[in-house]
Amino acid sequence: MATDSAAVLDGDRLEVAKARHPLAEAAGMFFRNHTAVAGLVTLAIIVVGSLVGPYVYTVDPYEMVWAPFSEPGADGFVFGTDYLGRDLFAGVVNGGRVTLAVGLSAALLSVFIGVSIGALSGYYRGWVEEALMRITEFFQVLPTLLFSMVLVALFGASLAMVTFAIGIVSWTAVARVTRSEFLRLREMEYVTSSRSSGARDLGLMLIVILPNALPPIVVQAALMVGSAILFEAGLSFLGLSDPNVVSWGQIIGSNRPYILDAGWTVALPGFFIFVTVLAISLVGDGLNDALNPKLRER
Amino acid sequence: MSAVSASGRPVLKVRDLEVRFSVKREGLFAKPSQLYAVDGVSFEIAPGRTLGLVGESGSGKSTTALAAARLIPARRGHVEIDGVDVLSLEGEALRQQRRNVQFIFQDPYSSLNPRLRARDVVREPLDRLGIDSPAERASRVAELFRDVGLRPEQERLFPHQFSGGQRQRLGVARAIASRPKLVICDEPVSALDVAVQAQILNLLRRLQREHGLTYLFISHDLGVVQHMCNEVAVMYTGRIVEQASRVRLFTRPLHPYTRALLSSVPSADPTLDSRAGRILITGDPPSPIDPPQGCRFASRCPIAIERCRSETPPLVAHEPDHRVACHRAGEPIGADATRTH
Amino acid sequence: MSEPHSGPLLSLRDLTVEFATRDGTVPVLDRLSIDLDAGATLGLVGESGCGKSMTALAIMGLVPSPPGRFAGGSILFADEDLTRASDAHLRDIRGNSISMIFQEPMTSLNPVYTIGEQIAEVLRRHQDLGRRAAWERAVELLDSVSIPLPGRRAHDYPHQLSGGMRQRVMIAIALACRPRILIADEPTTALDVTVQAQIFDLLQALREETGTAIILITHDMGVVAEMTERVVVMYAGRMVEEGPVRDILSEPHHPYTRGLIASVPHLHAEVSDEPEDLLEIPGIVPSLAEFGQERCLFAPRCPRVSDRCRSEQPLLRGSGGWHKAACWHPEAGPA
Repeated sequence: MATDSAAVLDGDRLEVAKARHPLAEAAGMFFRNHTAVAGLVTLAIIVVGSLVGPYVYTVDPYEMVWAPFSEPGADGFVFGTDYLGRDLFAGVVNGGRVTLAVGLSAALLSVFIGVSIGALSGYYRGWVEEALMRITEFFQVLPTLLFSMVLVALFGASLAMVTFAIGIVSWTAVARVTRSEFLRLREMEYVTSSRSSGARDLGLMLIVILPNALPPIVVQAALMVGSAILFEAGLSFLGLSDPNVVSWGQIIGSNRPYILDAGWTVALPGFFIFVTVLAISLVGDGLNDALNPKLRER
Repeated sequence: MSAVSASGRPVLKVRDLEVRFSVKREGLFAKPSQLYAVDGVSFEIAPGRTLGLVGESGSGKSTTALAAARLIPARRGHVEIDGVDVLSLEGEALRQQRRNVQFIFQDPYSSLNPRLRARDVVREPLDRLGIDSPAERASRVAELFRDVGLRPEQERLFPHQFSGGQRQRLGVARAIASRPKLVICDEPVSALDVAVQAQILNLLRRLQREHGLTYLFISHDLGVVQHMCNEVAVMYTGRIVEQASRVRLFTRPLHPYTRALLSSVPSADPTLDSRAGRILITGDPPSPIDPPQGCRFASRCPIAIERCRSETPPLVAHEPDHRVACHRAGEPIGADATRTH
Repeated sequence: MSEPHSGPLLSLRDLTVEFATRDGTVPVLDRLSIDLDAGATLGLVGESGCGKSMTALAIMGLVPSPPGRFAGGSILFADEDLTRASDAHLRDIRGNSISMIFQEPMTSLNPVYTIGEQIAEVLRRHQDLGRRAAWERAVELLDSVSIPLPGRRAHDYPHQLSGGMRQRVMIAIALACRPRILIADEPTTALDVTVQAQIFDLLQALREETGTAIILITHDMGVVAEMTERVVVMYAGRMVEEGPVRDILSEPHHPYTRGLIASVPHLHAEVSDEPEDLLEIPGIVPSLAEFGQERCLFAPRCPRVSDRCRSEQPLLRGSGGWHKAACWHPEAGPA
């Protein structure tokens, strides 16, 4: 954290002003927000658990270890077993990694597409803006679930394809946020000032405008991870998930037919999805408050 | 330091500058209308001098400056900066030309990048244009901080840690960093508290004396313009209607708009009853979208005649240093148009 | 509507409004005493943050709470203390007996109603007029603020009007119920100077016609000179000088007032070839944390500062007539 201090003389009074970086200030604000910190801690536990868990609890999630539909706690299985007699706890432990990875990569993909398209259409006027906005509108009116289902059905339910299918349908929100920030910031006098100091278009977009546009994009991206996880669960529930990897959504999807008889096989992975997405959105809200200069200044 | 370059040629020369914007009209199939933002503006500024551009909002003052600096495209016209025809420049030549024209903006809260430290705000033009070596740039920044009355330890702070006046000092330091031939001051004190305005105006004048700077000074505040400028051009909906030396313009204005403008300013002189002899004009300026023919002030002018509505008055010299665009320049304004209280 | 009462129409007595900040409570208005007679004009002058707008909000009973609260003193309007009035009663007074116009006429008007509807709405709320009567009165009011073709304009939405026209509409709304006091908070700052002159002419004419007292809040000494008889100069929540406009402009006693006048380049009839530099007030206004300290808050910026200024708060002292200043070392002689 940048905490160089400098003595500032105003009138005849001496004041010590700290040259804190705006990001350091935002971090300070974030960590004073209890719900956001709670979300972050929960999220950290889930992430660490998913990364380390499979090495600690080494039961193979694919192996049929017991009779099907053993209730949680009974027969020594904490979460019980599923319709094939597989250890549900092993599934949850191993599935987190895939779920989080799909959520994160899909969010990254949609942020990348959304920021690129939003930035270009917010920065340039004329035909570039028109064309990109038409494309954005096309993706906006597309029924997202249906479109991604078509993609996965056509090109196969591989993990990469599922990720791509989620990312390609969910970038429009990021594009809209980015564009509106660029439209606003484009008119800022410091942007004109940089232009009159010889900045090129790319430099203006990446070095001058983008850093100032980041706060809402970061918030949007964080929430995007949550919604991508939900999306993946939704696809899996419909049976459109990679059958070769276990994810929380995939567990729900494969146990779906037995939801009335063995509710826990769906509820337990569902609970983890719920907690993860809730934690992410708490973090997202905290980021929103911390990065929103209107709340911070004065 | 002498301000006048050997040749004595103007630092900025603008001829017949035109800027138009397309505006979308209501209705699906209506074709876009033209907004005549700047409509045939010509002026020049001699080295070391200050030309004031005054006018009300929407008169095209800032647009003129932005077009002259090639920050927005001009539709037609000719702009020379220190003898270089800048409207024909492209690519790298245009980029390098940017060092010669710098801006001081109105709002010191939106004119400085909040992500940069103060020293980087000032340094950015030098870095971007590759002026001097990196070591020289650092010492140049220190020198600029001294010049505008900021202290060295403030170099590390971020813009939001400065007061409004100090931020505008930063803006001034940045504007003169690349040793520009022309500094465009666009309402540089309008957003500042009254007590701080004097600090910035005095600073601008001192820097002009010390470094021979040339200013294009845009303001709606006639008191500030009278204080700062050697010469003044009055704009009205995209055109210059009157241009003269400071003394002439403020003591013997000829255009009825200038006269109305001057008499509208509330005076703090307690011995003067400013309401006596006021020329009160009614209404608002015409829309710059598809403006009417003839003189654009005709609709509000107390002494307009038929000719004013049909024929655009050219900007012609009434005296060597006094140009007016009015068919009725200097005519008395009748008692019916003057209201006193 | 007007019961007989003695003394001024509006009287602030040691009015103190405190704000809760991170570093404790600070008085944003510090023992402010101002009198306003019926039909009079008063200017409130100072830099941003000096409390001039807060004074207006306090009179209107609109101090944002939290963080603000009345901490002492009183606001006597027609011998009634508004600081103790109920919310319902204040609502009745607002827009009826005391009304206010703001700097930005665009944001003060509701964009989804026509201006005629907005004026009629005020009339129906406060004056028990029927729908039709209210509309007719609204058109009359538009006419009285010199809006051409008022009958047709009443059907316009705010965005169809220019800034000057919108401010006229705001004035029409403010004057709809013939208030005793009109508070105008920088009413022309967003307008061009020729339009400003029109608005001021209109306000003066309406005042002569209706006898409404006007409190004008501004930072522009020229506006004060043109529009008001008496002026109060505020600094850091306190009154630092008060008096007739002519006296204050020609012989300001407080160094701050003097600076405020001399630091602004006013339009002069006599134009010199090379104007002299302006008088600067160095430094910046004090931060909220310094408000309320027992000393002269202007001392750090003052050219005449002495040790006494830094340790003891000067109180308002008169030098004959109505001209008072809060300064240990008042100046004499013209600005």
